[in-house]
Amino acid sequence: MENQFFVDSEYLSPEALEKKHRLETDPSSRINHMEYLPDMEQIDSEICSKVMEQMHSYDYSRYTAKDVRTALQHETCSVEDFKALLSPAAEPFLEQMAQRARLETSRHFGNTVYLFTPLYIANYCDNYCVYCGFNCYNHIKRMKLDMEQIEHEMKVIADSGMEEILILTGESRAKSDVKYIGEACRLARRYFRLVGLEIYPVNTEEYRYLHECGADYVTVFQETYDTERYEQLHLMGHKRIWPYRFDAQERALRGGMRGVAFSALLGLSDFRKDALASALHVYYLQRKYPQAEMSLSCPRLRPIINNEKINPLDVHETQLCQILCAYRIFLPYVGITVSSRESAAFRNGIVKIAATKISAGVSTGIGDHESKYTGKEKEGAEGDEQFEISDGRSLQKMYEDIAGEGLQPVLNDYLYV
Amino acid sequence: MKETGRKDIESSSDTLIIGGREFHSRFILGSGKYSLNLIEAAVKYAGAEIVTLAVRRANTREEENILDFIPEGVTLLPNTSGARNAEEAVRIARLARELGCGDFVKIEIMRDTKYLLPDNQETIRATEILAREGFVVLPYMYPDLNAARDLVSAGAAAIMPLGAPIGSNKGLATRDFIQILIDEIELPVIVDAGIGRPSQACEAMEMGAAAIMANTALATAGDIPKMAAAFRQAIEAGRNAYLAGLGRVLTRGASASDPLTGFLRD
Repeated sequence: MENQFFVDSEYLSPEALEKKHRLETDPSSRINHMEYLPDMEQIDSEICSKVMEQMHSYDYSRYTAKDVRTALQHETCSVEDFKALLSPAAEPFLEQMAQRARLETSRHFGNTVYLFTPLYIANYCDNYCVYCGFNCYNHIKRMKLDMEQIEHEMKVIADSGMEEILILTGESRAKSDVKYIGEACRLARRYFRLVGLEIYPVNTEEYRYLHECGADYVTVFQETYDTERYEQLHLMGHKRIWPYRFDAQERALRGGMRGVAFSALLGLSDFRKDALASALHVYYLQRKYPQAEMSLSCPRLRPIINNEKINPLDVHETQLCQILCAYRIFLPYVGITVSSRESAAFRNGIVKIAATKISAGVSTGIGDHESKYTGKEKEGAEGDEQFEISDGRSLQKMYEDIAGEGLQPVLNDYLYV
Repeated sequence: MKETGRKDIESSSDTLIIGGREFHSRFILGSGKYSLNLIEAAVKYAGAEIVTLAVRRANTREEENILDFIPEGVTLLPNTSGARNAEEAVRIARLARELGCGDFVKIEIMRDTKYLLPDNQETIRATEILAREGFVVLPYMYPDLNAARDLVSAGAAAIMPLGAPIGSNKGLATRDFIQILIDEIELPVIVDAGIGRPSQACEAMEMGAAAIMANTALATAGDIPKMAAAFRQAIEAGRNAYLAGLGRVLTRGASASDPLTGFLRD
């Protein structure tokens, strides 16, 4: 079954509706998604062709149980082994994969689980990405926090005990420019030990500026590595330019960031191919930048405001678990983050196998931490959420739950140097 | 046969001296996988008198801050993990001193997040700077004789060659190169990283290592206190074997039954 992404809002003007429909139905009305826009830096990296070559030639139906058994016997998991572990033939071996993954996780990370929380500071967006709650045609409450409001949010979060924060914005350079985000990072450095960013991709020098402001980690989700599918889902805006997004992590590392995070949004295209490409993106970049810290996540599609029908299609928890185990076995040194899109039960289970970081006390809305954390009625405005979360546990509850499982919750293990 | 009585053995009490401080234990707890249970077991059952502390891990407001759980009499060995070059290591070492961790510092500089192998060149640079500032510097290094000699000249108080990649539990993968360092370097040689079982610790001690640093082997054991005790026994056994002087090892220079010099008549 295909996801039903297109939803019209009654609040759109006839002109806006007409443009929206044209974008949805007439591919010639859209710009070339593979062509850089004038303000976009090109770094001429060879990583992309390496990843895409592997992804295009990946035929997962060719792998058999024998290939999976062989892969599990190898001490070092090769690219070929990884392909077998991602294939449908590996599904009956899920328990064995989980056992192996757990061993690798404990070898490299002990029994620690890192905790963080996202902070959305603005939800304005210039893009029309059909599955996203922030898309510019979706009728939601828009908001951009000023520095005073951001500081208030940070205080509320810091008071809960959190030490790592991930600052997010909608992808609008016009509404949330780099300087605005940099100021937010400077503020965050005062309240948190570790500051990460998940914003629109920027050029190397802009990443350098943000690093100097205190951010040290950059997350960019590629959404899908299937460029044809990407073209059909990201109909308008800067985000439509697929290769500029692909090179974002490399530009971030060149700009001085310590670590970068990757992901495909599972459910948009062929999830096995997307999982392969995400991991190879990490693998090849790590070989080129061996000092960089890398992490992966694999979010699945979630319902958004005004569209309850969006779902992760054929990526059920079993497949998600298989992907995470395969990631861990192939990339034992890489961090794996599992977001609050997944249920508490799934997250409790997966931290024992492969995940090393989870979010807690999550809100994907704007300016609503106080009301969400304390139940206190908000006086000012709040901005709407990007997507519905599934696991709403607070930091304290999460901390207790992790400790209760015999694991060690860690709030911070980092120095800005 | 290798002679006994190295310079670090001051008397029959067999103490390990680093930076002018005497230690009776030759087990040092590493910092890789940290937990308060582990520290407790290492001190109580493995007899650790030196406990490594990752400065970046102490940079927390958490109630369970590792700094509050270091028992009296234990020497803290802050490390510079997270440093990617000499400058960052120096900054972290200075921060450790400000935090009240003392003057001991273990230099760890890695430019590789996959294998976590140390960068010897940067480590030598950092050692030079920090030794000049009065730190007792214990550099973690890849066992290379030339680099080890440079570390001695740079003012290191001991050297810490790796046995195998961190966390790998693979034991003395670099055995022959560590032996060269033990034979040639006039400083305590502490085998760090890779020691996965007590027998491997014992072997390193037999070879003449001054001490063993381990973490993962204990942290991932089924029964941590029991494994800690096993390490203590193994290290003591290896040390005693070294002091006692091992018997003939025929692979290191044969002992022919008909001596080549048998033709000499006087």
